[in-house]
Amino acid sequence: MTVKKTYDLIILGGGPAGYVAAIRAAQLGLKVACVEKDNVGGICLNWGCIPTKALLKSAEVFHLINNVEKFGISADNIQFDIKKIIKRSRDVSKKLTNGVNYLLKKNKVDLIKGHGKIISPNNLLVFQNDSSINLSAENIIIATGARSRDLDKIKSDGVNVWNYKNAMIPEKLPSSILVIGSGAIGVEFATFYNAFNVDVTIVELQNRILPVEDEEISDFAEKIFKKSGIDIICNSNVESINIQKTCISADIISKDKQIIKEFEKVILAVGIQGNVEDIGLENFNNIKINKNHIEVDEYYRTGQSGIYAIGDVVGPPWLAHKAMHEAIICVEKIANLKNVNPLNLLGIPGCTYSIPQIASIGLTESEAKNQGFDIKVGKFPFKANGKAIALGDEEGFVKTIFDSLTGELIGAHMIGTDVTELIQGYSIAKNIEATEEDLFHTIFPHPTLSEMMHESVLDAFDKTLHI
Amino acid sequence: MPISIKMPALSPTMEEGSLSKWLVKEGDKILAGDVIAEVETDKATMEVEAVEDGIFSKILVSEGSQSVPVNKVIALMLEEGEDEKSIDKFDISNSEEQNISKKTIEEQKSKSEESIENKNSKLEKTSSINNNIDKVLPAKVVKIDQGLKKVIASPLARRMASQANLDLNIITGSGPKGRIVKNDILAYIDKSDNSNQVKNISEDFINNSDDYTEIPNSNMRKIIAQRLTQSKQEVPHFYLTVDCIIDDLLSLRKELNNRSKDGKFKLSINDFVISAVAQSLSKVPETNSSWSEKSIIQYKNIDISIAVALKDGLITPVIRNANHKGLAEISNEMKDLIIKANNNKLKPEEYKGGTFSISNLGMYGIKEFSAVINPPQGAILAVGKGEQRAVVIGGALSVANVMTCTLSCDHRVVDGAVGSKFLTQFKEFMEDPVSMML
Repeated sequence: MTVKKTYDLIILGGGPAGYVAAIRAAQLGLKVACVEKDNVGGICLNWGCIPTKALLKSAEVFHLINNVEKFGISADNIQFDIKKIIKRSRDVSKKLTNGVNYLLKKNKVDLIKGHGKIISPNNLLVFQNDSSINLSAENIIIATGARSRDLDKIKSDGVNVWNYKNAMIPEKLPSSILVIGSGAIGVEFATFYNAFNVDVTIVELQNRILPVEDEEISDFAEKIFKKSGIDIICNSNVESINIQKTCISADIISKDKQIIKEFEKVILAVGIQGNVEDIGLENFNNIKINKNHIEVDEYYRTGQSGIYAIGDVVGPPWLAHKAMHEAIICVEKIANLKNVNPLNLLGIPGCTYSIPQIASIGLTESEAKNQGFDIKVGKFPFKANGKAIALGDEEGFVKTIFDSLTGELIGAHMIGTDVTELIQGYSIAKNIEATEEDLFHTIFPHPTLSEMMHESVLDAFDKTLHI
Repeated sequence: MPISIKMPALSPTMEEGSLSKWLVKEGDKILAGDVIAEVETDKATMEVEAVEDGIFSKILVSEGSQSVPVNKVIALMLEEGEDEKSIDKFDISNSEEQNISKKTIEEQKSKSEESIENKNSKLEKTSSINNNIDKVLPAKVVKIDQGLKKVIASPLARRMASQANLDLNIITGSGPKGRIVKNDILAYIDKSDNSNQVKNISEDFINNSDDYTEIPNSNMRKIIAQRLTQSKQEVPHFYLTVDCIIDDLLSLRKELNNRSKDGKFKLSINDFVISAVAQSLSKVPETNSSWSEKSIIQYKNIDISIAVALKDGLITPVIRNANHKGLAEISNEMKDLIIKANNNKLKPEEYKGGTFSISNLGMYGIKEFSAVINPPQGAILAVGKGEQRAVVIGGALSVANVMTCTLSCDHRVVDGAVGSKFLTQFKEFMEDPVSMML
């Protein structure tokens, strides 16, 4: 049985890109359907950003309690229950997906559950249990997201080799874990398991962990992670794993040596691929797929007029906040609003919620140099900041990079406590195109960690006061 | 006792000013420092601040009033707690209305938006003037309108523009609320790099600086450059040319001038051209229009800008409602405007907001030429020299006084047929000038 329904806009996928697109389109008066086969909220709310932050909060609290002596407090018999920790994480996730359901309802977006497939430029078929719905609309936005990538020789099986989803809901803590890949996801899981005394090893193919971050950040993070007990092996490849009865033996190959090491579990965190399969793209020759992502222009138009794609499915950086902004730009362009500008890729902050946290925006120092900028670099350490010392968090620094010609803030890189909450200051500065002068004259409250952001800017121009 | 607010002297030579806008309403509570009104002089628009706290009680000079003498009481304010009745008792005899003409705000607004002229060049002096007059002002002047639209730009865009020596006024912003952002500056530089042969030429010269004198660009020159470049880049020009036989016009001119024994008027050929253009525009109003993205704006008034050459540039004073004015009136007004223009004394309303332009190079001996449209106007008429030429009339060769006129049209507004209709009408009036007096 097929039911027919007509809309102005159909959105395939209810993750951060999809649901935000749906809400914005509804605000603009469009009649919107959002098709989702699972819970709304996507990976972010269900299996990504949010539940991992809940897990990491538990890790942070546990870490703090274990280091509580320096605050003049003693605690003994400190216990944790991994089941309760995971339950809390799932509850948090549930609370938020309920919130998204409410928002869609409030904005009168039709949420249609089922698997959607685009069958013509204006038609999308939603397969439900024993029926289907034929939706038609002038425009269709694909927001099907992405999933973790497997390696040729190592694939997640949910039992021994985990992807992020498996790693978020362990039945019990393993004694040891091999994390393959040291991007944000790998590093966050490493932090979590390490905090609960699991023996963690990170293997990274490139010459440093967190390879998209500034080199100094990578070096500093590596030092602290190692100090906290994480084993880090860079310039190395996990050639193969051998799943045995009681353990997994991994063959780790570096340029000049081979290590064979045994682990209880493996976490695959080697990247992301777009969900481009089984959504009907084969019906459109004009829609190009490149490295498992849909190719789009700066306003998210695919090669097929009337069909757009946003969020993780169009490529890196795979970040919810990027997806949400793409959603708004795409929808406003569809609705023909004035003054809709393409997303500034250099204005997207990135955050890693390890201990310590890492946050950055714009170019790294070497990227800036390679692009030919004449730069000024400022740096200010946590250990010279009064608030950081009072908090007992003296590890970390704030680094800023300016174009010495124009005074444009071209990059900012931070590592240390709560820096993920601080980076937005630089996001605003970048977005309104502040120069160093504007930042010099901005008053940062004392005593706060944010003062380091000011001092780092001052330092770039040899004006720092507190160092 | 009520406090009287007087028309401030915004410059040492200022005798009168226009009250362009009240920014407060009767009954508003105001604090010292609040901006209460905008006053326009021939030099600039300035904001007027209240110097005392109180209740803004009564407006005596309404918005849009022009030629308000300095020190005339323009409004009354009550001190805190003072009774409103005291207003009635207050002697405002010194503020009798004196020939204050009214203009709608809309009119003023639209005209200031269209302003192109050289207000900027005059502004250079105003900061020092301000310092001198601050102490004696009954109301304080706080801000000077730059003469062009207020520029909104990001700090980075401002710095990049100043480094590249760009005037932000000429750059269109793509940011929120039209803010000029980094990309706009980059795009502008990119565009001008691609098309900037002039720059290359000047770079060639820089190698041997003995060969030239560098003349810094005045603000007027910059505005001419900006506006006319914009016009040639954005406005799709096309040109229509007619020859007008003006023998009848010349003899009518002679006859009329002979009647002016007391020297009350002396008509020039250009005065006839202005009148003929004005009458033709009223017959073909499509030519009296501007392009905008949303719609074509067809003007109800016929306000004709006439290009007047100055020592360091040109300015276009406006004969307003020229279709309702006789030749003598046009002629005298034109003479007055030219004198003012040469003495840099044109008031903004005298050179802003024309709806159609005339450029006449006849007096320089130019036979014919094409003029650049003065945006946002939709057309400009280029007038050549009236001279004796051989013409064929009714199959026979004869000699006649002929003047070649070329209409430049913005094709977005004026199509070929419309332009032709206008020119045909214009030619008719020029060749039979008595008919335009009908």
